[in-house]
Formats: sequence, structure tokens, C-alpha cells
Amino acid sequence: MNSDTATRSEAEVPGVITLFFAFAKMSLMGFGGVMVWARRAIVEQHKWMTAEQFNETFALCHFLPGPNIVNLSVVFGSKFRGVPGSIAAFLGLVLPPVLIVLCLAVLYARYGEIEALRRTLAGVVCGTAGLFLATVIKMLQPIVKQRSLVALATVAAVFIAIGILRLPLQPVLIVAIPASILIVYVMQRRAAP
Amino acid sequence: MNPTNQLFTLAWTFGLMSLFAVGGALSAIPEMHRVAVDVHHWMSDRQFADMVAIAQLSPGPNVLVVTLIGFHVAGVAGGLIATLAMCGPTAAVAYFVSRTMDRSRAAQWPSLIQSALVPLSIGLMGASAMILGLSAGTSWVAGVLVAATAVVTLLTRLHPLLMLAVGGFLGFAGVI
Repeated sequence: MNSDTATRSEAEVPGVITLFFAFAKMSLMGFGGVMVWARRAIVEQHKWMTAEQFNETFALCHFLPGPNIVNLSVVFGSKFRGVPGSIAAFLGLVLPPVLIVLCLAVLYARYGEIEALRRTLAGVVCGTAGLFLATVIKMLQPIVKQRSLVALATVAAVFIAIGILRLPLQPVLIVAIPASILIVYVMQRRAAP
Repeated sequence: MNPTNQLFTLAWTFGLMSLFAVGGALSAIPEMHRVAVDVHHWMSDRQFADMVAIAQLSPGPNVLVVTLIGFHVAGVAGGLIATLAMCGPTAAVAYFVSRTMDRSRAAQWPSLIQSALVPLSIGLMGASAMILGLSAGTSWVAGVLVAATAVVTLLTRLHPLLMLAVGGFLGFAGVI
């Protein structure tokens, strides 16, 4: 606890402009995900949060729907500077990469049908699919280790509904979220004496 | 459809999707694919996959694939509106939830709900991987490249961008 307060007091409270540039910097360094850079900048570099505080905030943002890092920027900005802080952190996170992506979008619209570029992008698509597959395998590991058949069945059910049957997301989740909560609740009640 | 309608459709579609993106932006890719390719016919399957790949190649949060989709549908305004719609509602929710949590300090997210949501986001992510894998092509070389990328990512600490570059190079060389 003592070390916590010590680390907090070392760091000054960031202003709106500092928030904007700090998030812009992590965003522009983040290829394939910004969260790693956010942790490094917030916890290690600026010492704005302790590792525990960051983990708590991250858990909350991961739990809420929507892009996790966007949620994190808003929650983080509001902690220090209220609504203006949220807006500054959010804009820092999103605005610079959006400008880059818009430039790429213009290039893609103009040159996307050129044969060499089509071939190249097809290769990048394969690479991206491989990265996604690796993420899925990594996420599955704890569930497989725990031999949680119920969780595996839930994964399979969502995968079939969305990936194979191509059902719309909203109705599937409106059924799946309460069902999954109920199943986990019943399992935990049974496991507890 | 006239331009204003297009912008409205983008705002409504991604605004709603934002609130249902359990586990982050990448989990919403199957729904984006369904809406952009199957429902509205905004683009082909290949164009959609290209946009996901371009978003992975560029810096910033993964959610920016919606900027590319929005731009494709309605230009710069479309890109900006799609991005704001995908981020805004959930950002507002995050703001209010974190404020109320600060007030009741002891409040912690029940681990129950967390363990209920994790399998859902894995299933969604799996669907994302499959949809992209299918767009990558049905040739055996494409399949091998997808599998090889996954294995190398799991076993080494190579930068993801490097893996994408290797894929792009092989594609350019006409291997796939």
C-alpha cells in the first residue's frame, strides 16, 4: 500500500493536452493492438497508475462492450480530468490513426484493383487470419486446461450460430448472454458445498 | 440510396453494433461482414477481407476497420461517422459505469459475469478467424500460410507486423 501511494504521488496529474499526446503516441506505436503500449506508457513510463490500478481498469473495459482500448481511454481520461479529459484521451487515441487509415482508404479505392496489390493483400489476409487463429487458440487454452466442457460447448454454440449459420449478432447475444450467465451460476452453485 | 440515408445507416448500424461487441472490436467482425457484404452489398467478400487486413497493417486500435468500411460506403464523412458510431455509445457507457464504480468503491465486477462472457467472445473471435480464413482463399497454399502464421505466432515472439509482411511478400511473389 505504501509503495502504491508513493508511486502515485511521484507522478503529476496529467493535463488535457498531455492526455491527448500520450494517447496519440501509444496509438501510433500500436500495430495489431494498442493495449500493450498503453500499459507500458501509463504504468511504466508516466507512472499515472500502479499495475494493480491498470489491471482493474483494464478488467472493467474488457468487460464492457465495444473496443476495449477506446473504453480505457475514456475511463482513464475521466479519472484525471473529467469529461474534457475523456474527450482528449479518446481523440488522441483515434484521430491520428483515423487520418492515416483514411489516406490508406483513398489509396485502396484508387489502386485496390491493381493485380500486384490484390495478390499482396491476399497474402496479408492469410497472415491476419493466422493471427486471429492464434488469438483464439491462446484464449481457449485456460478453458481446455480446466476441462470445462460447459464453456467449450458455449464457445462452440456461439461459433456455429455466428460463424456457420451467420445469424445476426444481437438476437444471438440476447439469448446467449443470459443463458451463459445462468449456466455458470448453476455450475458454481453445484460446485460449492 | 441517397447520401444522407447512407450516413444514417452507417451511424445506426455501427452505433448498435458497438453495444453488442462483447470482447472488443475483433469479435464484431462477423457481424460487420454480415452487414457490409450480405445485407447491404456494400462490398465483396474480398474487399471486406482486404479492409480487415489494411486495418491490421496500420497503427491504432483494431476498431478502425469501420473507418475503412464507412469510407467505402460514403467517403470521408462516412469513415468519420462509422468510427464515431462504433466508439461513441460504448464510450458513454464506459464513462458512466466508471463514474458510478468510483462512488461505490467496494464494487467489483462479479467474476460470474466475466466467466460467462469469456466463452462468448472466444466463439465470436473464432468466427472472425474463420470468415477471414475463408476469404483468404480455398487453395491449399493459403491454408498452409494461415496455419503457419498461427503456429509461428504461438511459438515465437516475432512481431505480428513481420508476419503480415511475410504474407504480403508471398502474395506479391505469386505463391498464393
